[in-house]
Formats: sequence, C-alpha cells, structure tokens
Amino acid sequence: MPRREDLHHILIVGSGPIVIGQAGEFDYSGTQALKVLKEEGYRVSLVNSNPATIMTDPDLSDSIYMVPLTVEKVAEVLRRERPDAILPTMGGQTALNLAVALSKEGILEAMGIELLGSSIETIEMAEDRGKFKEAMARIGLSVPKSFIVKSLAEAQEALASLSFPVLIRPSFTLGGTGQSVVYNRDEFSRAVLFGIEQSPIGEILVEESLLGWKEFELEVVRDAKDNAIIVCSIENVDPMGVHTGDSITVAPAMTLTDREYQTLRDAAIAILREVGVETGGSNVQFAVNPADGRFVVIEMNPRVSRSSALASKATGFPIARVATRVAIGYTLDEIDNEITGNTPASFEPSLDYVVVKIPRFHFEKFPQSDRVLGPQMQSVGEAMGIGHNFREALLKALRSLENGTDHLMPELLPDDPEEIGRILKISSDRRIHQIGEALRRGIPEETVAIWTGYDRWFLREIGEIIELERKVSAFMGEPLALFPDDLLRRIKENGFSDRCLSRLLGVKEQEFREMRLRRGVEARFRTVDTCAGEFAARTPYLYGTYQGAPEWRKEKKGKESVLILGSGPNRIGQGVEFDYCCVHGVMALRELGYEAVMMNCNPETVSTDFNVSNRLFFEPLTLEDVLAVVDREQPRGVVVQFGGQTPLKLMKSLHDAGVPILGTSCEMTDLAENRERFRGLIDRLGLLQPRSGLVSDLDDGMEEIRRIGFPVLVRPSYVLGGEAMEILYDEKDWNEYKKRIATIDFRFPLLIDSFFSDATEVDVDAIGDGREIAIGGILEHIEQAGIHSGDSACFIPPKTLSMQVQNEIVRQTKILGEALEVTGLMNIQFAVQNETVYLLEVNPRASRTVPFTSKAIGFSLPKAAMRLMMGESLSSLGLSGRKIPVLPYTSVKEAVFPFRRFKGVDTLLSPEMKSTGEVMGISRDFGGAFRDAQIASGMDLPVSGTVFVSVSDRDKEEAVRVSRDLVALGFDLVATAGTAGRLEKEGIRTLKVNKVKEGRPHIVDLIKDGQVQLVINTVSGKQAQKDSLSIRQETLLRNIPYYTTIEGAKALVIALQTKGTPDSLRSLQELHRSILLPEKA
Amino acid sequence: MADLDVFRKITLALEDGTVLGGHSAGVPGTVSGEFVFNTAMSGYEEVLTDPSYAGQIVVMTAPMIGNTGITREDAESGKVHLSGFVAREIKSFPSNHRAKTSLPDYFREEGVVAASGIDTRLLTLRIRERGSLRGILTTEDRSSEELVEAARAIPSISETDYVRKVSSSMARTVHPSGPAAFRAVLVDYGAKESIVRNLLDLGIEVTVVPSETKARQILEDRPDGVILSNGPGDPAVLDDIVSEIRGLVGRLPLFGICLGHQLLARAVGARTYKLPFGHHGVNHPVLDRLTGKVLITSQNHNYAVDAETLPSGATKTFESLYDRSLEGLWFRETRIYSVQFHPEAAPGPHDARSVFGSFLNMMSGKNP
Repeated sequence: MPRREDLHHILIVGSGPIVIGQAGEFDYSGTQALKVLKEEGYRVSLVNSNPATIMTDPDLSDSIYMVPLTVEKVAEVLRRERPDAILPTMGGQTALNLAVALSKEGILEAMGIELLGSSIETIEMAEDRGKFKEAMARIGLSVPKSFIVKSLAEAQEALASLSFPVLIRPSFTLGGTGQSVVYNRDEFSRAVLFGIEQSPIGEILVEESLLGWKEFELEVVRDAKDNAIIVCSIENVDPMGVHTGDSITVAPAMTLTDREYQTLRDAAIAILREVGVETGGSNVQFAVNPADGRFVVIEMNPRVSRSSALASKATGFPIARVATRVAIGYTLDEIDNEITGNTPASFEPSLDYVVVKIPRFHFEKFPQSDRVLGPQMQSVGEAMGIGHNFREALLKALRSLENGTDHLMPELLPDDPEEIGRILKISSDRRIHQIGEALRRGIPEETVAIWTGYDRWFLREIGEIIELERKVSAFMGEPLALFPDDLLRRIKENGFSDRCLSRLLGVKEQEFREMRLRRGVEARFRTVDTCAGEFAARTPYLYGTYQGAPEWRKEKKGKESVLILGSGPNRIGQGVEFDYCCVHGVMALRELGYEAVMMNCNPETVSTDFNVSNRLFFEPLTLEDVLAVVDREQPRGVVVQFGGQTPLKLMKSLHDAGVPILGTSCEMTDLAENRERFRGLIDRLGLLQPRSGLVSDLDDGMEEIRRIGFPVLVRPSYVLGGEAMEILYDEKDWNEYKKRIATIDFRFPLLIDSFFSDATEVDVDAIGDGREIAIGGILEHIEQAGIHSGDSACFIPPKTLSMQVQNEIVRQTKILGEALEVTGLMNIQFAVQNETVYLLEVNPRASRTVPFTSKAIGFSLPKAAMRLMMGESLSSLGLSGRKIPVLPYTSVKEAVFPFRRFKGVDTLLSPEMKSTGEVMGISRDFGGAFRDAQIASGMDLPVSGTVFVSVSDRDKEEAVRVSRDLVALGFDLVATAGTAGRLEKEGIRTLKVNKVKEGRPHIVDLIKDGQVQLVINTVSGKQAQKDSLSIRQETLLRNIPYYTTIEGAKALVIALQTKGTPDSLRSLQELHRSILLPEKA
Repeated sequence: MADLDVFRKITLALEDGTVLGGHSAGVPGTVSGEFVFNTAMSGYEEVLTDPSYAGQIVVMTAPMIGNTGITREDAESGKVHLSGFVAREIKSFPSNHRAKTSLPDYFREEGVVAASGIDTRLLTLRIRERGSLRGILTTEDRSSEELVEAARAIPSISETDYVRKVSSSMARTVHPSGPAAFRAVLVDYGAKESIVRNLLDLGIEVTVVPSETKARQILEDRPDGVILSNGPGDPAVLDDIVSEIRGLVGRLPLFGICLGHQLLARAVGARTYKLPFGHHGVNHPVLDRLTGKVLITSQNHNYAVDAETLPSGATKTFESLYDRSLEGLWFRETRIYSVQFHPEAAPGPHDARSVFGSFLNMMSGKNP
C-alpha cells in the first residue's frame, strides 16, 4: 500500500527532558520520524520541551512548539495547528501517556485528529496490566502470576496466594518507576503504598517474582498488511530481577536453540496481533526458565523504545524510520533496506558479529543510594561494543563506559568465599567486575552461576578472558620482545585493550602499542550491513576488530575527511547536549563538502545514526581506538571540542601522537585548563577572579583554605560534572570532605576557590575564528553562584544585569577569547557581585548550554564553530563585529533531576551537578517562560492552597517579600518558628508548625496529610541540611513542588503572577523570525 | 580449556586461490565440496542434519556456533550429511537444558571435519562476489598450491547423484496421533524430518518412500497426494526421477518442496538454472503474489526454476523479494503446488507453515 494521501499534516510528540529511563534514544527516533515525514512531503509539527535535541532544530519540521508536554498545552498547540494526525509512538512513555490523556478528554475526537502507529485501545491493552493479562490468556500465553490492586488491603489479600519475593509494578509508569522486589511483609506494605502513589491511575500489580530466569527481548515491526518481522533478539546477561535498562545485554541472543527462538518469535508476533499494533514497532519481553525452557510474557511496549534504538544500532536496521513509514501506510516490502539499497525492509537482519550493551551508572553522584540494582531503572546511559565474539564486544563496551574501567577490573573482595557469595548474590553496578574477580580467585564457574543467576555460557566466556589474562601475566617483567606473537594476536582478538595489557605486563601503554604495531597487529574495520555479508552494503557503518582480513579501506581519491569524536555514554554532566554539537558539526562539514566521519560508542544518540555522517565508526573513545581509526581514516583533522570531556581528555595524547587537532590549539586549551598558567593570563589581561589555590596533598588543605578564607568551593581537577565539588563552611566540613573524597577516583591537585555568596552567575556562549570573537548569548542564572551551572535554571536575555555589566561581560569574553585564540566554541562563566564582574571559568569547547543558546537566538553556534575550525572567518560568515541580537521574548532553561529514582537521596542543590536533563520555556515575558519551564520539568504548579516556608537566616529578608506576594495570590502560609516569627512581625498571617525535632504534629505530618501544596525550604550549614532532609524527601515522594533556593522561589512568584494569554502561543520558527537583527557596529 | 588452546590446524582452500587457516573442531581428515554460506543465527543442529547439504561445505556467518550444544531432538535426519562445516568460533561448552552433548563431541561422534577460527566474513564476501566455489578442507599439512590445485580438481556438484546417497533405502509409514484424515506419500530425495512432523500435525498419514520409487508403485498405493521432498544437488541431472514424476502429474495432488519443486517444474517442461551463490538462511522475504503478503522464510537452494520457461497454466504464487526469483508454483488443472522455500522451517520462522494447509486443501478437492 502506498503512502496515505488523506493525511497532510502530522504532529509528532517528543519525550521531553532526559530522565532516567527516557534519554537520547527518543531524540534519535523522533529525528528519524521527522526526516521521514518531511521526505514524504507532509507538513510536520512537533511538540517537545527539550532544547538539547536535534529533533527540535528549526529546519527539521515546519513548526516546533517548545511547550510543556501537558494536555492543556498540547491541546492549545493542536487548536492552533489543526494536524490531521498525531504520531505518538516516537516519544517514549511520555508521548504515549499524553496521547491517551488527549484522547480521554475527547480533544482528539473533537478536532477529528487520528492517532498513527498505535490506537488508544492498543496502548491501553499493552499498558494496563489487567487488560494485558487477559489478552495473553486469549492467545494461550502465560504471564507471571499476578494480581491487580488499588489498595494495601487488596494487596495483602493477593499476597495470600503468592510467596516472597514478590514484585510490585505500578501501571502506566516508565523505566520501571516505583517497581521493587520485596522479600518480607514490612517491605511489602511500603512498596505497595509507594507504587500506588507512583502510578498515575493509582494501580499496581503484585506479581510472582521470576528472579533468576533468563530474560529476552524481541524487536518487532508490523505493517498494515500484517507483515511482521523480528529486527533483533536481545538477551539479558543479567537474569530477571534487574531492569533491562540496567542489565548488560547481548545481541543476537546467545543461548537459545532455533526451536526455542522460533517459539518466542511466534509468541511476539501473536502478541502484536492480539494487542493490535497494526503499524509500527514494538518491544516484547520474555522470561525463560533455564531449567525447562518454559517461558512467560513479561511485557510489551507498543512504541519504539530504548531497546529499539539499541537494536537499530546493533543491526543497522533503522526501526524508527521504518516504523514511521509503516505508520503512514507503506508496507514493509515497499520500504528499502537503506544499508544495501536494493533489498526490501521486509526481512530479518542477520548479524555476523556480537553486540554487548553495558549500562552506565552514576551512583557517585548520589552517595546515599545503595547501588543495588532492581526492577526500577537507575542507569543514566549506556555504551555499546561491537566485536567478533562476545568477549571482544564485552571488553570494548567496558572500556567505552568512561568510568575508569578498561577491562574486567580488579575488585576488592573478601577472602572468605562465603562472603564473596553474599556479595555476588546482590546485583550491583560492579557485579561484572566482581564476577571476573571471583573467577580470578579460582571460584568455579558453576558456583558463580548459582550466586548470580548468570547463564553458564556467559561465565565460560568471562572465564576465558580470565584464563587469557593469566597467560599474559606470566610474561610480567619479561622483555616485551619475548612476548609471543600468537598470544599477542589472540589477546587482541579477544578484545583486550592496550591499556589493560600494559598494566598486566607492567609496561607503558605506548611501549606496548609500539611493540604491537611493529609486529603488524592492527585493528581492521568491518561493516555493519544487516545481512551478514549476503549483499553489498553501500552505507559505511564500521566497527573495529582484530580478527580476519581488513574489509574497509578508505578510497584513495575520496574527498578530504574530518573526524568528530563523540561524547560516549550519557551520564550526569555529559548528556545529549554534546551529541547535539557533534551532529551540527557533521551537518556543517557536509555542507562544506567534506566527508564527515563520526566516532562514538553511545547507541542512544543521533550521532550514531548511520545516515547522519558520511562514515560512522562505532568504537570506544579511548586513545588506542581513536588512533586506530585515525590511522586508517587519515583525516584532515580531528574535532575534540564538541564531545565534552571524553574527547577533550584525549586531546593532548592525540596531539603528542602527531594527530592534527582542529579548532583551538592544544596549547591554548591547556592554558585555559591549567590553573596557574591561566592565573598568569588573567593577571596580564587585568581581569578579576575569586581567590583560589591548589592542593596536591590532603594534609596541606587546611592551611591553603585558611589563606583563602571560608566559605570555600573545593573540587578535584579534571572531574566531570563537578563531581566531588562542595562548599565548605568550616574546618569540620573539610575533615568530612577529606574522608569522602578518599573513596572516589579523582585526580590531584584539589582546587580551592573562595566561595561567593550573593553573586549572580552568568554563562556566555561564544564562537571565535582565532582572531576575533562573536557572542552567542549571555545567560543569567536564577540560582546563585555555588550551585552547579548545569543544575541552575538560567535565562536569556539577562534581566537584572545592567547594560554596563553586560558590556563588561562582552568585553572580557572578547579579550579572553582573543588571548586564547579560540577557534570554534567557547563558554565562560562569570559571577557578578555588586556590579563587579569576576571570571570563574573559561572552556574553549562546547558547553552544556550551546543547544539552549542556539535555540534561544535562532542560530546554530556549533555549525558556525565547525565552519570557523575549517578556516572560515567571522567576517566571511557575516558575524564580524555583530552586536547581540535583540530577542523580543525570554527563554528559560530549567534542570530536571533524578532524585525520585534513588531512595534516601537529598534534593538540595550543590556545586555538584545532579541533573540528567533540561527543559526550555519560551514566552514574551519572563514569568510565562519560567512557568512553562517549571511545568515542563515536572512541577505541578498550584494555583491555590498552602505554602510551607522555612528559610535560612540570610534569606529571611527576601522570604518576607516572597511570602507577601504569595498571600496576595491567595495562598495560606505555614512556617517553622524562626520564619513564622519573622513573617508575623511583618504582619503576614502565618500558621506556625513544629520542626520535626520539635515534636508532633510536625511539618512532615502536615505534608503527609496532604495539607501542603508548595514548599520553599532553604538551608545553610550541614546541621540544618540534615534536620530538614525528611521534609524534602516527603515532598519528593508526594510530587509537591519545592524550591530550595530563595531565587527560585522569587522566580516562581513572578511565574504565578503571570497570567497566560491563550493567543500568545508561537512556534520556535515564528519566534526566530521575530528577532530583530542588530546593525553592525 | 578446549576453547582456548589451539587444536590441530586445519586449512581451507578454494578454487579461486583463497587459502585460509583455522583450527580443527572435528575429526582429522580431508573433505571437499561446494562452499556455501548460511546466514541463520540459530539452528546449526538442523543445518548439520539437513540432507540437502550433501556435497557441500557449509560456512556459518553467525559469529559463535555451538552455544546450545546438540539436543538430538532437533535433528532433521539421523546423521550429518554435509561434507564439512566452517565457523568463526565453535564453542565446546554447551548451555541449554536440552543439550545432550557439545558440538565438538558431536563432530567426533559423527566423523565431521569442521573448522573453527576461520574468517567467515571474508569467505562469505568471496562467495557472494564469485559465486559458490569448490573447495577443500583438510587437517593435513599440505602446501597452498597443492590444495588450490586439489580444489580445482573437485568434480562439480552436478556430477554426483547426491539424492541417491541420502535417500532412504526402505519405505516406512508414520501415523498421526489421531485418526488419519488423509494418506500421503513423501518421496524422499533427502527429506527433512520436520516435513513429516508438519504433515502428521495436520492429521496426514505419511508413507516415506525411497527416491527411486516408481510412479506406478506410488499410484498403486492410492494415496490422497504425493509430496516431493527437498534434497541435495542439481535438479538438471535427475532425469530418471523427473520422468517418474511425469507419471504422477495430473493423477493426484502433488506438492513439492525445494528440490521437489524444481523437479516438478522440470517434469512439466520448465528449465532450472544455478543461482550465483544460492539462498541459504532463515530471513528470506518471499512475496505471496495472491495475497500481497510477505513471508519470512527458511531457504536452502542453489538452483531455481526459470519462470520464463513455464508452460501455460502455471500460476506464479511466490517470488523472492531479494532477487525476484520464482519461489512457488500452482497448476490448477494438474493439481500441482510447489514452493522453493522450506515451509517446515527448522531452522527458521514458521511464517510459511500454512503452505502445508494448501496441500491439505488440494487433497480435499479444493484449491490450495
């Protein structure tokens, strides 16, 4: 069937901010969907609140609305745009839930809007645990024994026919939110109540636990003619009990016979038919009992998912593109396999390599969390390794994680095997290393299999790695020349990194590499072609391996190429913002006529879509792997400034190895990063910086702090996302800090800065051509300096900065950029205190705010930066001497936090970055933009009710004004003694409530009782933080909006005072057209 | 451990001069045949025991083979028929609750020459570009020149009657669990056991007869229909069999699978030809020209029926979406229904199982 002609205008729903369980994979799918619909000639609209996405680029759709993904806002967009249909299957659970809500409220029906890809009935049958169970029974498939309940009493009744452990699964939540495995009655009651709370419909499933069963996923695509294909099978190495997003997974499935696999295939297709996914992609999950092969259906997602992104990258089959084409009427046989170009998409990919995905956790950020993995997803990203065998793929994925691992790392385990068993029985982020260590200690694989539930096959593979390790270690201390050739080849074929091998042999990595290259043992590159070599591939999607003959060689007469290094797995501090920059760099290079070559190892990205670059190397971003690609590719240069810390860390080594680096030089980057050299530059330029010092030994810390004076901001050098960054108020804080930092992996020196209170923080994004600088935007932060800039809300254009200060910021940015000969992107952070501008930090590279700034000013900074790196000048781009454009609207960026995922974690903001994503609000006025940003970030802003106010002494003055405004808006106030006293004195009616330590009923009782709708709680000092922790946790649990800074509260009041006007809605493209371009100076 | 330590060396040489080394995972020896690659990611046990591979050395493209061992339950015949087996990595540790033995142990039991550690992708690309190649697989220490020379001297697969080698020598009858609705004869040119299983599942009593069985003998038994099975080799050299089939045409419903389909086509006057490198895998899309639906099928053939040479009265029922070659035929008048792919799967998807139903319909006097 050809494309549907009855549709003209389709709206796509994005997935909103990056959160745990819903990350860059939906930018990948959304971007693919947008491109397909444009190619097919439809008018396309998009709603999404996440500025850090490629999909929200103005040239990918006809109109983008950067609005909160709420029924109210999206309905407004629908009324304005009047699309014929909505495609809700590309934006994860968020988009699906929104579609259901729009339909339930009758909005879709009233406007005659059709849902593509999945019907409401289908979504409900797949998502509603009860309906799904009935559907499975109809087609004769088993599901785990379970009961749907809506109360604790019902849950207890269900418990009678189950035995512990049992699983609690809330309906309609994403990424396993609120799911848990419980082992006793006490845990049971808590988990049931929490689960009911988390479910938007207050419903949970109490389910038999299949702990230890094997878990498989099948990615299915089905078209309107009932053609169905399995794109990929994925096997979880971690057995049931760990969320699939947190599991190490492998594709294709490794431990199924054909008979078993075909049974699952039949079931998966039958499920799609029964649930009614008629046009699109779905993911079906099964649990298989390893003892007898019996299988049960766990769940299905009637939409593209994280697993489909992984499957797409693993096979080269673009599920989202195909699912979109199928949704608009095509059948699979009418769609081309874009990799081969001459076979249809109606086939099942065959892999002649192995793919392993390993989740990336970031528990270091949340020291209170217990690091135990369970049914609720906690990982923040993932890395994928492609290899010729499981071992190579596993080790490549491990060294892609960017957390210091380059192998199965040595682990501290107790001597007593029984204790080792106790540790291995608990799944944690370190388990794969612990397993390696246990085998290294000689514990039998069958014992480890019993402890971990890992299939023996995987343990045999890990065992082989350990055996090889031993063979290598036998040559420790011997001259490298004596290392045998055949062993060298064998260990490289098994995926061992040079770094790991040099460690096992006690030599320098470079020595080892030189020895290896002398012997001609080099990586070669092979194609991911969807068909195991059966047909010629025209798309160069490559991976490196050491086995076999080289397959890909660069054409001698080809165009000049440029290699862009990506940003590796998503983690806190390094998210899709950097992928955005890489993709824009690729686009600019292609426009300029270069071959854009991309290298990255993160399957959840747009940059690893084989369609984006001219060539894609899906490889770890380590020195060894990058040098191997450079050696084969011989690019004109390598771009390290787009991918965040990952490539930046490699800059010096690459430079030393003679690799040409494009953009700001290595020398100048070092000048900006090296504290002491940088201070010399600042002094020469006559700029001001907060007092600071360096410490290379923890014992010298106190002396240096005394010189600078408390409070101080402390952090180790070269740590991403401000990890282990803290404000210390006194010596006791310092002593605690010393203890904490000793447990993490950091690098000296320790940087100590005088901490500014009451200062406004400012970010500037700019670009340079080596001689001149052009300002992209000045971003004013809402929270004061001292809160990590990535966690702070900020807005553009600035509101409280005087013209004089703004001019001074521009002047300083320019002289700094010129002094550093910035070529490409740069970001500077300033603090403004009493009209004085202090320089905090300069980064001659992409910053997290680049996409937001680019969207706010309607100009792609990274694209321009790429052109500048390739030799164009600001004047040739028409940007020389350009003044900052006048923006007739305000854009607000707000951070989104993962606190709900981690039990017992504090929500207070600090210099250490904790947010996973961001949202954008745009409006003519600040209030409207801030309100939209708040709502988009998940805050359910109240219009009436009671506000709890409890602020630290230094915030009392401001709190009075905030409280007065809140009362004027009709809110009631409750406060603890100190704050209440102050407010009463100012004549503001306030109800006094006990602090928790003052006895009951106290504030937490009040919150639990549902009597508080908004919380403003600022604290200073560690003791006050501890005292108020229970308030923040209860608030978090109940999803009550909370503000932990007075500046945030002030902005909120402005937002609440702003009344939205319905006709004010504008698309991003319309807003950009309204920008007044300034005259040249 | 067996997987780690290098076994006996094995060398593979092809007529185009390709020589690759690996290590033996089976018994010592020298075997020769036509090299074909198979892209199925599961189902090596079924491939090993599929009689259609007689005379061929099968190269698996899947990266790791042997993971689930050998179940014996999944075998398609009583023994291994292929000449040799080649894989990137053959695992000796099986992990499956049904595994009875490991793959290398099975090789030793069955006397199979098998190579592990071979650059199967290189081999696959060569075969794709140059067509199926004759070659040799040996654990003997011989020079490359000598081996390539030997590879070039291997007789073409068309020169050997592999059907005679793999066909059963005696007839046997199997009964469905319930009362039999129909009685059919399955002519065994190298039939896979799954064909029998599928027929039994439909309540058909099956008499399996040797390939040399005469048309007259079959008709004397008065079956409701005849199935011409899959099998090895070139259909163009099986004139005796074709003439016997001619004796069946029009007399009762005929159902052909793979080689059986090619033989039926030849019996009604069509020609067959050799494909460049054949179809061997479980992901082959086939268009059902009558319904417009796509089936993902299991395939294993090097020859195809030339659609241009079909006599009148032929309906082209299926076609390959890979190379548009003919995949199915129906003659309404003479009640012939045949498919190039394997509806019995094993290994492979079950999408095409309904084709057995078509045969059942014909036996009931209906259209397929």
